[in-house]
Amino acid sequence: MSNDPAHGQGQPAAAPLVSATPGLGPEAHVMVGSADLFVNWARKSSLWYLLFATACCGIELMQAGASRYDLDRFGAVFRATPRQADLMLVAGTITHKMAERVKRLYDQMPEPKYVIAMGSCANTGGPFYKDSYCVVKGVDLIIPVDVYIPGCPPRPEALIDGIMRLQKIIMTKKNYGARA
Amino acid sequence: MEARAIFETLKEKFGDAVVELQGEGFTPPFVVVAPGSVRDIARFLKEDPALSFDSLMSLSGVDYKDRFAVAYHLYSMKHRHAVGMKAMLPRESPSLPSVDDVWPAANFQEREAYDLFGFVFEGSKDLRRILLPEDWEGHPLRKDYKYAEFYHGIKI
Repeated sequence: MSNDPAHGQGQPAAAPLVSATPGLGPEAHVMVGSADLFVNWARKSSLWYLLFATACCGIELMQAGASRYDLDRFGAVFRATPRQADLMLVAGTITHKMAERVKRLYDQMPEPKYVIAMGSCANTGGPFYKDSYCVVKGVDLIIPVDVYIPGCPPRPEALIDGIMRLQKIIMTKKNYGARA
Repeated sequence: MEARAIFETLKEKFGDAVVELQGEGFTPPFVVVAPGSVRDIARFLKEDPALSFDSLMSLSGVDYKDRFAVAYHLYSMKHRHAVGMKAMLPRESPSLPSVDDVWPAANFQEREAYDLFGFVFEGSKDLRRILLPEDWEGHPLRKDYKYAEFYHGIKI
């Protein structure tokens, strides 16, 4: 700045943050882009999911989290408390007795929060759809669902595909994901 | 001991409280007893040295449409013999004595039968629903169970 002829000649002291002046060196760290892009990118890259498995889909979820499929490489690690989780993976059958607990766990999660319904039971009740008095016919009767993954149970590849679809959904959010 | 001999022993001791032996087509054969004397017979089956049925393998409820039944599967670790005990209950107000002071393992299974069939086990240590929510209405494994439309605002 000392070479700037305008410096020290009655100009205001505050310089503009981002200068269009050519000749700024590589030490000027400037990023230009929408804030939404940055925030969404950060959110989709650290989807911490709630460790919440109620049936055999939970076994596939554990597989997906373990070393062979390694969900960690998508920034998705499990959390044992809803207060640290961004994503609820509903992996398994939800009974009416469990439904209240599901709702409560969902309410305890901080915003922004996302839900993936994994497997037939969480989607629609699955094999218990007809003639069951105790199974909730789809977790979307209790909490809003972002992505549905079919399968009984879905393979880890399907779960990873579901998470990547959720990442695409997150990238489309506007105004820091504020609710419309 | 063979089931027939067990039946004879019980018949001699308890008389009319022991109704019949269901042998054909039943494994193990079932001794049908009067519901009111279930606890006395159970205690005798466990404590008599020649019988010593120390294991209650299963306690289940049955709905025969015109009546109910509670079926006990018993096994003796000492003598390696098995027998069933069955108590027929009327459809209206089915109740019988609890056996959880004879076999403590009976408690959970009696709670299950109470939960799903609505049998009342008198003198039970802890008779509550075990599988369904506390405020559930009805007993779903009864043949005449009618589904409620909603539970806590969620469609069933």
